[in-house]
Amino acid sequence: MDTRVADDIHAPRQTSWLDFAKTHFRDYGMLLSLLAIMLFFQVVTNGTLLRPLNLTNLVLQNSYIVIMALGMLLVIVAGHIDLSVGSIVGFVGGLAAVMMVRYGIDPVTTTIACLIVGGLIGAAQGYWVAFFKVPSFIVTLAGMLVFKGLTLALLGGMSVGPFPTVFQRLSSGFIPDVFGGEGFNYTSLFLGVASVLALVYFSFRSRANQLKHDVETAPFGLFVFKNALLAVLIISFCYLMATYRGLPNVLIIMAVLIALYAFVTNRTTIGRRIYALGGNEKAARLSGIKTERLTFLTFVNMGVLAGLAGLIFAARLNTATPKAGLGFELDVIAAVFIGGASATGGVGKVTGAVIGAFVMGVMNNGMSILGIGIDYQQVIKGLVLLIAVFLDVYYKKK
Amino acid sequence: MNAILEMQGITKTFPGVKALDNVNITVKAGEIHALVGENGAGKSTLMKVLSGVYPHGSYSGDIYYDGQERRFKGIADSEELGIIIIHQELALVPLLSIAENIFLGNEQAEYGIIDWSAAFARTKELLKTVGLNESPDTLVTNLGVGKQQLVEIAKALSKKVKLLILDEPTASLNEKDSDALLALLLRFKAQGISSILISHKLNEISKVADSITVLRDGSTVETLDCRLEAISEDRIIRGMVGRTMADRYPKHEPKIGETIFQVENWSAYHPIHTNVQVVKGINLHIRRGEIVGIAGLMGAGRTEFAMSLFGRSYGQNISGRVLLHGKEIDVSTVGKAVSNGIAYVTEDRKTYGLILDEDIRKNVTLAHLNGVSERLVIDDIREMKVANDYRRRLNIRSSNVFQQTVNLSGGNQQKVVLSKWLFADPEILILDEPTRGIDVGAKYEIYTIINQLADAGKGVLVISSEMPELLGMCDRIYVMNEGALIAELDAGEASQEKIMHAIVKGGRR
Ligand SMILES: Nc1ncnc2c1ncn2[C@@H]1O[C@H](COP(=O)(O)OP(=O)(O)OP(=O)(O)O)[C@@H](O)[C@H]1O
Ligand SMILES: [Mg+2]
Repeated sequence: MDTRVADDIHAPRQTSWLDFAKTHFRDYGMLLSLLAIMLFFQVVTNGTLLRPLNLTNLVLQNSYIVIMALGMLLVIVAGHIDLSVGSIVGFVGGLAAVMMVRYGIDPVTTTIACLIVGGLIGAAQGYWVAFFKVPSFIVTLAGMLVFKGLTLALLGGMSVGPFPTVFQRLSSGFIPDVFGGEGFNYTSLFLGVASVLALVYFSFRSRANQLKHDVETAPFGLFVFKNALLAVLIISFCYLMATYRGLPNVLIIMAVLIALYAFVTNRTTIGRRIYALGGNEKAARLSGIKTERLTFLTFVNMGVLAGLAGLIFAARLNTATPKAGLGFELDVIAAVFIGGASATGGVGKVTGAVIGAFVMGVMNNGMSILGIGIDYQQVIKGLVLLIAVFLDVYYKKK
Repeated sequence: MNAILEMQGITKTFPGVKALDNVNITVKAGEIHALVGENGAGKSTLMKVLSGVYPHGSYSGDIYYDGQERRFKGIADSEELGIIIIHQELALVPLLSIAENIFLGNEQAEYGIIDWSAAFARTKELLKTVGLNESPDTLVTNLGVGKQQLVEIAKALSKKVKLLILDEPTASLNEKDSDALLALLLRFKAQGISSILISHKLNEISKVADSITVLRDGSTVETLDCRLEAISEDRIIRGMVGRTMADRYPKHEPKIGETIFQVENWSAYHPIHTNVQVVKGINLHIRRGEIVGIAGLMGAGRTEFAMSLFGRSYGQNISGRVLLHGKEIDVSTVGKAVSNGIAYVTEDRKTYGLILDEDIRKNVTLAHLNGVSERLVIDDIREMKVANDYRRRLNIRSSNVFQQTVNLSGGNQQKVVLSKWLFADPEILILDEPTRGIDVGAKYEIYTIINQLADAGKGVLVISSEMPELLGMCDRIYVMNEGALIAELDAGEASQEKIMHAIVKGGRR
């Protein structure tokens, strides 16, 4: 009886390139599509896309979408949706403006207060979803209307600004160069190299660990290729940025958050539990997971991140307008689904959501450079969303 | 007698698994053909190939049905020719009525408008044929599994059926319902309908089958003809596992100590019908190293009792006390129940047991993540070792621990759920139909594990509808009927007759 499976426990783990590519197509497909889209726009815009100035813009324009995509990923993985994030962006931006401009409250206090308010808004919505089982679609649709209206009321229909310079730096500042380079920001390049080294170190360590314990690993060639590609991408990106003004502050915030959320979803018990909750709520509950509290927390988290996005967006425009954040929820949700999350919950990755956000961002940016009108931009983005999700569903069935 | 179905050289691979390897099976017209094999042998897969769930082109080999080669592109093609499959997992829409379910996708309609009176009349007829005494407009969700199974069969009959495939139809039925279902199959046979029956209950197979095909590891081992000679259960087992099995239950000398677990006056009410008391003042105890069973008919309230105890997962207005080692413990949420040493292995693995999208590893550790993590951070390697350990100990047939549980065979899914709770290392393990859909060999392994648990000083409570299992495993058996415990029997005095007697007497009270 014991001999039956014993022989296949230690089946060969070093799979061939072809087999591996087949089973992991979806993981790499994402990144390759992003690179292909970038290459395409790089060519058709005659190299404008990757100019340092434009690259910087690309990061600034996308930062708030990426940041919200992190929270939205958790919400969607938990089996819900949040339609109110665009309105929260507008509301929190307006609140920050009113606090700083009208009441002269200092930027730090304002920032902290605004993040708390974001969290409270998330809590208020999550409360209905988690404890009263009102569908999140409805609750956040209501929230979307409520906060859109409150933004209007708060700003009295007017734009409020400008902000103190310290606050503007949140979005338009760059990290200072400690090496005092002239026209070249050495710190930025240094940070790029340091993060590549860290990345390579960790992936080699985990690979070594996997091999030691007989886990299926990517073929060595592919592994090296993947790491080399990432290293080249990061370092050349940092180099380009360094020739301009260096890395924007907001990029650092974004990178730290991405790393944090990737870690939380992949390696921590709370991340694991969110996936379980979205995969099968009843089974998760019967495994001792506090499903209601967890749902509640994902909404609180979403609220905080939407608040942060609101601050960044306001800082970038240097004014709060009643129209701020309009339609952001669509870009954020699209990013998460393009990134491979499942609409029924339980499936989705941080890296996917981030790549999805950049797919949307590069397309926005590239099409604007090409002078394509906002009308056809939307048509194209809609089709890309559909095709991306179709491919995902198609390959999942295979 | 000529063959109605011949499947030749069927091979079907999934990424990383060869589920079927050159399988041959021949079903003669008008016979009951049993398909047996261990969990993961490929029985369900073979039937999915036959019925077009896996369309032509996704497997290799040939299917001859009714004298012609067939290449089904989907279920519709096979149904049109009278091949009707009832899957291992029931596929009824809970919030639709019996009649609506029976005619779903096959509505009695003209120009798209449903003729309900015709549908109801026909449904009544069909329900009578299968012996189900319910009104056609009863919602399926209000029926027990046994009756739902009959609705599935009525649904099959509503189409022109020539070959009926039943994948473990009796797994969740009690003996009486199972017998009724088997009698129905015999009636169909008399009417010339052939059937293929998959089951792990070998006594049923030896009762009704005309021939038996045995699968092992995705290949045909042999075909036994029961018309030539009577085939014993032991003979079937030999084919399935490749050797003889002397005993169905491992030998076990219980080492029973003091009482460690007590439930006092436990009551619970129906979650919707507030005034219906489903669990009625249960008192029971378990001693150290003891395996205690709860016998009863389907619907006696055993699952409801266990779930209400386990973190109030069922019912409302729950009252009563639970004591572990003489001290009252808080079981008001699942989390508290688990941390106080209680575990409950559900009878419904798909709905309540597994995260189907996740792999074996993540399912195994889900109820006890603390056991593989350090300050909230999961240690991948430790987790994998744990999962591999259970995969080996319970013989979970899979390519590795990274296989999604949705792709496991039914029996192997059950073992994953069991692993999850074994890993949580409870003091008291409540098992609800622990061997449902599990093959004989694996049952023996699970019984061995239960015995080991008892020998380690834990208490085990087994809820089972299979009386031989309770009699073979338990040191003491409670009998439950209509929400109350009506009898308590020691292993020595218990017998099937005594249990049934108690139930009948209890029912008459
Ligand atoms: N969609 C799938 N993807 C990958 N592997 C699969 C898939 N479906 C089935 N398998 C594998 O094929 C094998 C046969 O499974 P199958 O469900 O046919 O077994 P079975 O004989 O019906 O077992 P049981 O008695 O437990 O129901 C198993 O090893 C299973 O893991
Ligand atoms: Mg099966």
